[in-house]
Amino acid sequence: MTFRKYLVLAGVTVFAAAGDSMLSHGMKQLGNISLHHLPDVVLAILNPWVAVGILLLLAFFAAYMNALSWADLTYVLPATSLGYVLLALIAKFVLHEQVSASRWLGIALISGGVGFVAGGPALTPHSQAKESGGAKDSLSADRETSRGARTRVSNGVGS
Amino acid sequence: MKEVSTSLHVASLYTWGSIVAMTFASVVGDVMLARAMKQVGDVHVLWRREGLLRVVARTLGNPNFFLGVTAMAVAFFSLLFALSWGDVSLVGPAAASLTFIGNAFAAKIFLREKVDRRRWIATVLVAGGVALLAR
Repeated sequence: MTFRKYLVLAGVTVFAAAGDSMLSHGMKQLGNISLHHLPDVVLAILNPWVAVGILLLLAFFAAYMNALSWADLTYVLPATSLGYVLLALIAKFVLHEQVSASRWLGIALISGGVGFVAGGPALTPHSQAKESGGAKDSLSADRETSRGARTRVSNGVGS
Repeated sequence: MKEVSTSLHVASLYTWGSIVAMTFASVVGDVMLARAMKQVGDVHVLWRREGLLRVVARTLGNPNFFLGVTAMAVAFFSLLFALSWGDVSLVGPAAASLTFIGNAFAAKIFLREKVDRRRWIATVLVAGGVALLAR
């Protein structure tokens, strides 16, 4: 884990929380959308808060894809959960929503879970070497698949 | 809020319905995207060696990436729908934490990630957090 990688994970956390908050604010301005007017969900993009929220979520997406290229899904996802602490603070102090004691406790448990995952390794070592970064990966994956297929065939013949 | 009791009922039904829909779509999306990016390879290494354009081209050229993005789009509009009914501090954590649990199983089964005791404890803690947030 380099400093740049921690920076990417921080980006995942912050962009997700900020984007969700912008969306929430925009959707509250638009009011409830009923199932009978479902197309209104698409028109919500015209609201400036929703539009900025979408831009922030695009930034989140770029950081998220970046992180997934060098870390496990079960490692990266908790980083997004850390955003809920941030989200609760934004919900309380910017959007003025009620954040009760039990919700705070729930947020604390989620944060604890994040701490557990963060203490472990970032990537499950699979057969493909991490540093080969690309073309070789798919090659070794192909080789592994064909080897697996051969084993299965020979097992089938044997039994 | 004209008739408080019935509208509250409908609101929570719509909120949780869209949370469940979003969870399923995001688990599918996350698994597809994680698989796509593992096929692309370490972006930092690739970027340094072959430039940003090559990274973008490799990512956009991956079929799993498109399946993942499609599932994420479904999840996104479910989120917009949910946010119009429920508070952000409920909808955000509930949907994504359920996604987190679903992803722990999906990552173990479909991505063959090593979900060890450390990661299962994390999953249980998050599940507890979700239960409290749902009140």
